[in-house]
Amino acid sequence: MERKVPGTKDSDTKIDRRKFLTGVAVAGAAGAVAPQAANATMAAGTAFARVPSALPPTAQTIAAETGAVLDTARVPGKPGSDYMVDVIKTLDIKYLPANCASSYRAIHESLINYGGNKMPEFLTCTHEESAVGMAHGYFKIAGKPLMTLVHGTVGLQHAAMAVYNAWCDRVPVIIVGGNDLDAAHRPPGVPTFHSAQDINALVRDFTKWDDTPVSLQHFGQSFVRAYKIAMTPPYGPVMMSLDAGLQQEPVKAHGAPLYIPRYVPGSPPAGDPNAVREAAMLLASAQNPVIVADRAARTKNGMRLLVQLAELLQARVIDQQGRMNFPKTHYLNAPAAAVSNADVIIGLELSDYWATVNYFTDNGENDGIGVNGTRIKPNTKLISISSVDVITKANYQDFQRFQTIDVSMAGDAEATLPSLIEAVKSEIQNDRKIAIEKRGEAARKAFKEAEVRTRQVAAIAWDASPISTARLCMELYGAIKDLDWSLVASEGNVSNWPNRLWPMDKHHQWIGRSGGYGVGYGAPASVGAALANRDIGGRFSVSIQSDGDLMYAPGVLWTAAKHKIPLLSVMHNNRGYHQELMHVQRLSSFRNRVASLGGDMGPIGTSIMNPDIEYHKLAESMGWWAKGPIKDPAMLGPAIKEAVEVVKSGQPALVNVWTQPR
Amino acid sequence: MRHYMFRITLAAFAASVVLGHGAALAASAEKGRAAIVKFGCWQCHGFQGQGSVATSNGKVLAPDPPPWEQFSALVRTSNTGMPPYTEKVLSNDDLADIYAYLQSIPKPADYKSIPLLNQ
Repeated sequence: MERKVPGTKDSDTKIDRRKFLTGVAVAGAAGAVAPQAANATMAAGTAFARVPSALPPTAQTIAAETGAVLDTARVPGKPGSDYMVDVIKTLDIKYLPANCASSYRAIHESLINYGGNKMPEFLTCTHEESAVGMAHGYFKIAGKPLMTLVHGTVGLQHAAMAVYNAWCDRVPVIIVGGNDLDAAHRPPGVPTFHSAQDINALVRDFTKWDDTPVSLQHFGQSFVRAYKIAMTPPYGPVMMSLDAGLQQEPVKAHGAPLYIPRYVPGSPPAGDPNAVREAAMLLASAQNPVIVADRAARTKNGMRLLVQLAELLQARVIDQQGRMNFPKTHYLNAPAAAVSNADVIIGLELSDYWATVNYFTDNGENDGIGVNGTRIKPNTKLISISSVDVITKANYQDFQRFQTIDVSMAGDAEATLPSLIEAVKSEIQNDRKIAIEKRGEAARKAFKEAEVRTRQVAAIAWDASPISTARLCMELYGAIKDLDWSLVASEGNVSNWPNRLWPMDKHHQWIGRSGGYGVGYGAPASVGAALANRDIGGRFSVSIQSDGDLMYAPGVLWTAAKHKIPLLSVMHNNRGYHQELMHVQRLSSFRNRVASLGGDMGPIGTSIMNPDIEYHKLAESMGWWAKGPIKDPAMLGPAIKEAVEVVKSGQPALVNVWTQPR
Repeated sequence: MRHYMFRITLAAFAASVVLGHGAALAASAEKGRAAIVKFGCWQCHGFQGQGSVATSNGKVLAPDPPPWEQFSALVRTSNTGMPPYTEKVLSNDDLADIYAYLQSIPKPADYKSIPLLNQ
């Protein structure tokens, strides 16, 4: 190959690329001498050498282009990180969403070259929070955890909020952080800034377990242990600091050969049999028992069991929606207010029992503290089954206010339900059966009446612009109702319309929310869940995506496009951080001041407008089909229908909709 | 003020609101719809008073707002989740305009006539 060298006086000067490369190769060999000698060589040659117009090719490029076989292996034998990949592969981890980083370069290389980039497949992410959020959403559909790799101090700090969400939502994620521990050997400068004695400390308060292996065999044991701990209910994220030196060192030939421990799943903790019987006696003899479920149904079997218990007792069920616990179409489905008439309440995996049976009004009274009160009748008996009791930690306050419970079981609700159902069956006396049946009739009537009221309220502001959240949700449902759909995120609060109006009766149709209410969960979790739905066999994923949530790390849109993850994202774009907007308004009124809007619609600092973000263009720029902004409700249905067809073809699509606040 | 925010047709731009103490003030529904933005009412109650289970505890202000006496008393002295608005923050005239706006909002269609609400 010949080419002219542009920008030279002698425009006829020609370079033969092969000779050029050969010359560079020789120079490269010369560069292997001691630094002082190399400097001398460079200095001596400077007077004569023509400076090339491009950077010199690497040794690998030279080898590829000249056909020369270079032995570039610096480390003899099998790399330690290859063994790590062997360990990981035994656990059937399908994907590894991650943002690349030097501190885990060795295991990265092993995963894609030695491991063939399969089980797990590396998914390129643009932010660690997106990677963990994807793993979070993926698990809630697939029931299998993903692992992610993060960069020492900085990558883990980026990931931390998503780890906290996973912790609060009881979702397993395996986080491995590259960290160069040996101060005498790690490169100075950036790699040292990015190393720490104990990176795990950053997330220790909200992970189930962590470790720092110091040998390859230690890694083998700890990785399998980490997986097992993460996957034993209550699920939760686990953390491993992975030394860069350990990744890069070869497997040593001396000593006992490395082995990989076999993973055997552990059974979840179940409620104590005596406590189960006591609970059954209370429920069976109650006049008006109420079941409250938050993260109770870990699987679709959990939902089936809860239906069985509810029907056995004809007890109304308040689904707090941490998971899809109970069919929305079932006549025993009840609103939160149903606790007020209960004489026995059983809470299943509640994240906040106190707020289930008490209220708090943020009205500025009591020196600004607000007002607390009870929602329930005196002497109402409270039962709890919660696995979270066994992993409560001290620092972060996700355990909420303390609530006294009459029968408290530290155990997994789903695992306890079979024995509770049997105990209730044996405790129900024949003379109670008619009363129980009547309870069911009253529940049917209340359910039908509530359904009519809800639909009539949804009709209010039906033709408004910005578009009402009820209209948004029902236009969306109208376009997907004939598909096997899965609502993979509903962030930003659309007045809970999907749960109130969509006939959800399958476990995958609702997967709960973020857990820790850290904004920025919806976008990555919906992509992760959509990935799982794609692999299940083309299940249709839809998310209601809020504006503030998307702007935390919108790069996950690109990840979805790159890895061909079909997802319909319909935006609830109310152009503000609405929760905070109301807080500032409330404080302004408490203090007898007019809130300063600064030219926006919400108090200064709470609006996302002026300029309005064109989310459809943002999505388009990252490879999505997109349309918007839709402000006219008559235009919404056709836009969503168009987007549905795009998603059915395998692409992600976004519809940017201007909405009412809630 | 953005016109696209409110698409409803106002039955009357000026309405007379009879106040509890018997005085009649000339209130403007058009001014009222601007006032619900200025004073932040829209944040919890929506631009058409439709409310939300998430922000107004499901309370719907329009159509058919509560009687003036009840409405104004709640606004002035609320000790619920809604903060009170004193006259220093929200004048009587502005409050009357807001009420006129809420009164002007037409009744929604019966949900049975909306196919999407009958799926």
